[in-house]
Amino acid sequence: MNRIETTLNRLKADNKKAFIPYIMAGDPDLEKTMEHVMLLAECGADIIELGVPFSDPLADGPTIQRAAERALKAGVTLKRIIPFVKKLRQRTQVPIVLMTYYNPVFKYGEDAFIKDSVKAGIDGVIIPDLPPEEGEDFIKLSRAAKFCTIFLIAPTSTKERIEQIVSACTGFVYYVSITGITGSKLMFEKTFKSHIASVKKSTDKPIAVGFGVSTPEDAKMVSQIADGVIVGSAIVKKFYEHPAGAKEFIRKLREAI
Amino acid sequence: MWRITIKKLPDKKGYFGQYGGRFVPETLMPALQELEAAYSKTQKDKSFQRELKYLQETYIGRPTPLYFARRLTKHLGGAKIYLKREDLAHTGAHKINNALGQALLAKKMGKKRLIAETGAGQHGVATATGASLVGLECEIYMGSEDVQRQSLNVFRMKLLGAKVNEVNIGSRTLKDAINEALRDWTTNVRTTHYVMGTVFGPHPFPMLVRDFQSIIGREARKQIIKAEGKLPDYLIACVGGGSNAIGLFYEFLNDAVKMVGVEAGGRGIETGEHAARFAGGSIGVFQGCKSYLLQDDDGNVLGTHSVSAGLDYASIGPEHPYLRDMKRVQYTYATDSEALSAFELLSETEGIIPALESAHAIAEAVKLATELPKNKILVVNLSGRGDKDVQQVARIKGIEL
Ligand SMILES: Cc1ncc(COP(=O)(O)O)c(C=O)c1O
Repeated sequence: MNRIETTLNRLKADNKKAFIPYIMAGDPDLEKTMEHVMLLAECGADIIELGVPFSDPLADGPTIQRAAERALKAGVTLKRIIPFVKKLRQRTQVPIVLMTYYNPVFKYGEDAFIKDSVKAGIDGVIIPDLPPEEGEDFIKLSRAAKFCTIFLIAPTSTKERIEQIVSACTGFVYYVSITGITGSKLMFEKTFKSHIASVKKSTDKPIAVGFGVSTPEDAKMVSQIADGVIVGSAIVKKFYEHPAGAKEFIRKLREAI
Repeated sequence: MWRITIKKLPDKKGYFGQYGGRFVPETLMPALQELEAAYSKTQKDKSFQRELKYLQETYIGRPTPLYFARRLTKHLGGAKIYLKREDLAHTGAHKINNALGQALLAKKMGKKRLIAETGAGQHGVATATGASLVGLECEIYMGSEDVQRQSLNVFRMKLLGAKVNEVNIGSRTLKDAINEALRDWTTNVRTTHYVMGTVFGPHPFPMLVRDFQSIIGREARKQIIKAEGKLPDYLIACVGGGSNAIGLFYEFLNDAVKMVGVEAGGRGIETGEHAARFAGGSIGVFQGCKSYLLQDDDGNVLGTHSVSAGLDYASIGPEHPYLRDMKRVQYTYATDSEALSAFELLSETEGIIPALESAHAIAEAVKLATELPKNKILVVNLSGRGDKDVQQVARIKGIEL
């Protein structure tokens, strides 16, 4: 069992829900990212998602697009983020999941990426543009290394696809709450509850919901349905636009879940 | 002896050898499966095929002529040059072949709205045209740099009732327009069809766009046999995403005919300011498929440059690297200045102003024809007309209109 599974099992036993914040690594530089991670951990983050900046983030809205631009400008790439987590591990054992587009991983080499990540203390990865059918080798290599592969389910996913996706997931299942890109406004579609219920029926793995969760109220609502709540754009925005208020905002999110 | 047989691809997962596939967010996966199923149904649907054929003939104006460029041939003093006149298709480029097909398909699928990216503006104009023909809403994404250099086409799209969204992020060209169009599609996928403008993106787009464009080669093959009593020695086409090229090549793949794809050499490969994916790129995964890509060591996509907006793109349709690996098609490039010379040469010798994209193919034809003896035959895809580029060329020449 790795850090993600241990954490989620413990929460389940305590009847608690996971708070999973996302920040972009290198926005605006890695020193600041270190501070942000420590702050998140201190405020009670259960798992932290670290974004890997990419030149063409096609699943992301303007907030994360701009954050990626800032990080790339600072020269931050996967090759620097992996050793960064290794350094981070001297200070915190909070589970870390990378969220990256596939091309940086492909260019790094799947096998090398998984091995180096595990060695550095990274617990898993989310690759939004890698559906399980394109990730057969990646999944096999990850299983052997006990590296979590977290795939996404969308409101448009069919029953067959849901089954295929949950079986490819380890750690948790990522449920995308809206038909859209990151940072969109959370608007529960009529079928949200029944759709997520059908996901729950098809798996015992924890389900975390993300995309569009931006306020403590959203977080509270989502935590009543899911095992974990992922908050990305709203936190990235807070750290960028109003860093002094970040701590309070994160505290409030934590309390709401 | 001619021994190459090219298999019918892609395979079930959308691969041409190791290239292609379907690398998109989950939200779009069901839409791609739905599209694949709907497309395969229309292929067997006689009434759909009849309507498509009817519109190809009466609306697009097909077949487009195969024209013997007598004065250009004489001027160069070598191989005979024929031009496949896609510039004479309705809206002025081959793009309409695909856009019309996909508009009909979207209508059949019950979609309410079409979206598309555009570089040169030709695909945007073609999609807006298709949308108004079948009665669908239409929104086009275009990088702000391209909006500026292809302003005539922006106004055409608006006249056709489309909304044009300027994209102001990244390099502000075609790739950024595709990102935005994909984001729109991810948000509105239930009601919207994304009309991919070239043989790129996730499966089934590279196959479907190729099929709609392959009418170019089917006509050209008959036309050249009628004119010359034999097959040509070479086919030449410019390659942006690669749709006009594959459209011409496809019908000839198992014939003893050499083929040349011409990428944008921009200011020269050594300057790094170009869009020659084979000369300067490596294998990568971008905007839905695995193919050749201009990227850095970290897998981030590099900026590109070409005088022609339609070729100014960091990747290339996945069937092209496959055909290159099979040694079936040879790829080269023409620089901005070679394309500009060809643009003027064709205008002066034949009275045909080519699109700057097509001028890259003409530039290669000029080189080849000069080297080859008079009994050899070249067929060049004149993928579009140059009206859209006239202002841009004047600007480059420092002429105020
Ligand atoms: C006239 C013309 N030719 C060629 C192209 C390049 O596209 P493709 O390589 O898909 O034919 C374009 C694209 O905008 C175009 O407008």
